[in-house]
Amino acid sequence: MTDTAQRRRTLIRGFLSLVAAAAFYQSVAMSGFFPKVLLPSIPTILTTLYGALADGTMEQHAAATLYRVLLGFALAIAVGLPLGILMARFKPVENFFLPLVSALMPIPSFSLVPLFMLWFGIGNVTTVLIVFYAATFPMLFNTWTGVRSVNPLWLRAAGAMGADEKRLFWKVIIPGASPFIITGMRQAFLRSWIAVVGAEMIAASDYGLGWVIFDSKEFLQTDVMMASLVVIGIIGYAFERLVFGSIERATVYRWGMVRMAKG
Amino acid sequence: MDDAATLGAAPAVRSDRLAAVARNAFPFVVVGAIWEIVARAGVFPRKLFPTLEDIARSFVDLTAAGILPHHAIETLLRLLAGFGLAAIIGVTVGVLMGRSRRAEDFLLPIVSILAPIPGLAYAPLFLLWFGPGEVSAVLLVAFVSMFAIIFNAWTGVKAVKEIWLRSAMAMGADDKRVFRHVILPGALPYILTGLRLGLAQAWRILVAVEMLAAVPWGLGWLIFGAREFLNTDAMMAGIVVIALIGIGLEKYVFQKIENYTVVRWGMMGSMD
Repeated sequence: MTDTAQRRRTLIRGFLSLVAAAAFYQSVAMSGFFPKVLLPSIPTILTTLYGALADGTMEQHAAATLYRVLLGFALAIAVGLPLGILMARFKPVENFFLPLVSALMPIPSFSLVPLFMLWFGIGNVTTVLIVFYAATFPMLFNTWTGVRSVNPLWLRAAGAMGADEKRLFWKVIIPGASPFIITGMRQAFLRSWIAVVGAEMIAASDYGLGWVIFDSKEFLQTDVMMASLVVIGIIGYAFERLVFGSIERATVYRWGMVRMAKG
Repeated sequence: MDDAATLGAAPAVRSDRLAAVARNAFPFVVVGAIWEIVARAGVFPRKLFPTLEDIARSFVDLTAAGILPHHAIETLLRLLAGFGLAAIIGVTVGVLMGRSRRAEDFLLPIVSILAPIPGLAYAPLFLLWFGPGEVSAVLLVAFVSMFAIIFNAWTGVKAVKEIWLRSAMAMGADDKRVFRHVILPGALPYILTGLRLGLAQAWRILVAVEMLAAVPWGLGWLIFGAREFLNTDAMMAGIVVIALIGIGLEKYVFQKIENYTVVRWGMMGSMD
C-alpha cells in the first residue's frame, strides 16, 4: 500500500519538476532578458518541430542519420563480432590484433574526421566510416572478453557429453558470451549515435540531424536546433530502451544469464 | 584494457620479455610496412597519404618547435577543467539523488531527459549562447561527462546495503558519521567507475569540441586546421599525439582506477 502511495508521489513529483523546469525556461525565454532568437519559447519550438515533421524535412534528416548510423553499426558488428571471437579462440590471432586494437582504441573517432574528409570527401562515406570506427572497438572488446569468460567447466562438460566443435560453438560459447556481446552492441550503438551526430556536424553534407543543428547555427535558427535535439533524443532513447531492452529480455534474461535489473 | 595484463604477466626472464616485446611490435611492423608500400607506390597522392618518414619528420619538427607540446598541454588543461567541473557537479547531484527521495523524484526526470541526447548535439547551442572559444568548450566537455558520473554516484549510494546503514545506526552513529564512514566508502567503487567513464567520454568528445568551438590551441584544432592546408603529415603527427595521450590515460588513469576498485573491492566487471 505504502509502495503505491510512494510511487504515486514519485510520479507527481517528477511531473511537477518537469512542469517547473518548463515554466522556468518559458519565463526566462519570455522575459526578454536573452535575445529571443537565442532562447526560443517552448511553443515556438513545438511549432517548428511540428512544421518540420509535417513537411517531411525532419523525417528526411532523421532517415539520413539513421541510414548512416545503422550502416556503420552493422559494419562494426560484421567486423567486431567475428574478429572478437577469433581473437578469443585462437592465440595467434589475438597476438597479432590485440596490440593494434589497444593502440587504436584510445584514439577518439572524431580525430579521424579531418583525415577521412581529405581521403573520402564530405558526405556519407566519411560519416559511415567514423561511425564504424567508433562502434567497432566496444563490439570487438566485449565479444573478446565474453568468449574468454565462458565458464571452462561448461566447455568441458559439453565436450565430455560428446559435443563436437560446431555444437560447442553454437550451443555453449555463443550463448555463454551473449551477455557481453549484447552489452557490446549496446555500447557500440551508443558510441555510433554520438559519432554520427559529431561527424555530421564536422563533415557536413546536405542531410542529417547533426548537420541541421550545426547549419541552423549559421542562421540563428535556435528553434530548429532545439527541435532537432528533441528528435535526436527520442530516437536515441527509443533504440536504447525498446530495441536493446527487448533484445536483452528475449535473450539473456530469458536464458537466466543476468539478473533482471529493477526498473 | 587487458593488454597490460598480458604484458605485465611476462616473466622476468629476459628472453621471454624480449619475445613479448617482439610479439607486440610485430603487428605494428606489418601495418607500418603496408602503409609505407601503399604510400610509396603512389596509388594516392603523396600529399594525402604521406610516408612514415614524412610523418616522423613533421612530428619531430613540430615537437622541436614547441607547437605540438603547446597544443597537447592546452588540450589536457581543457580536459582537466571540463572533467573537474563535471566531477564536482556530478558527484554532488548523484549523491544527493541517492540520499534524498525528494531530490531523486525531482531531478531524475530532468537528468533522464537530458542524458540520452549525445553531448555534441548541444555544441551549436552552447556556441551560440557562450560564443566560440574556451568557455563553450569547457562547459560542453563538462556537460557531456557529467551524466555518467551522476548515474553511477546515484546507483552507488542506493546500492549501499541497508543492513550496513541500520547496524551503523544501531551502534549510535549520527547522520554525518553514517555518511562519511558507511555511505561514501560503500558508494566509492561506483563513483570511481562513474569518474572513469566520465573521463573517457570527456576525452572522446574533446577533440570534436575543439574542432567545432574554434579554440586557438588544441590538438583537435591542430588536425582540423591542418586539413585546410593539406598538411596530412602534420595531421598524422597530431593523431599520433592524441593516440599517445589516449593510451596514457588508459594505462595510467583508467586502469589504475579500475584496479583500485576492482581489486580492492572485488567487484569485477560489475559496470560495463
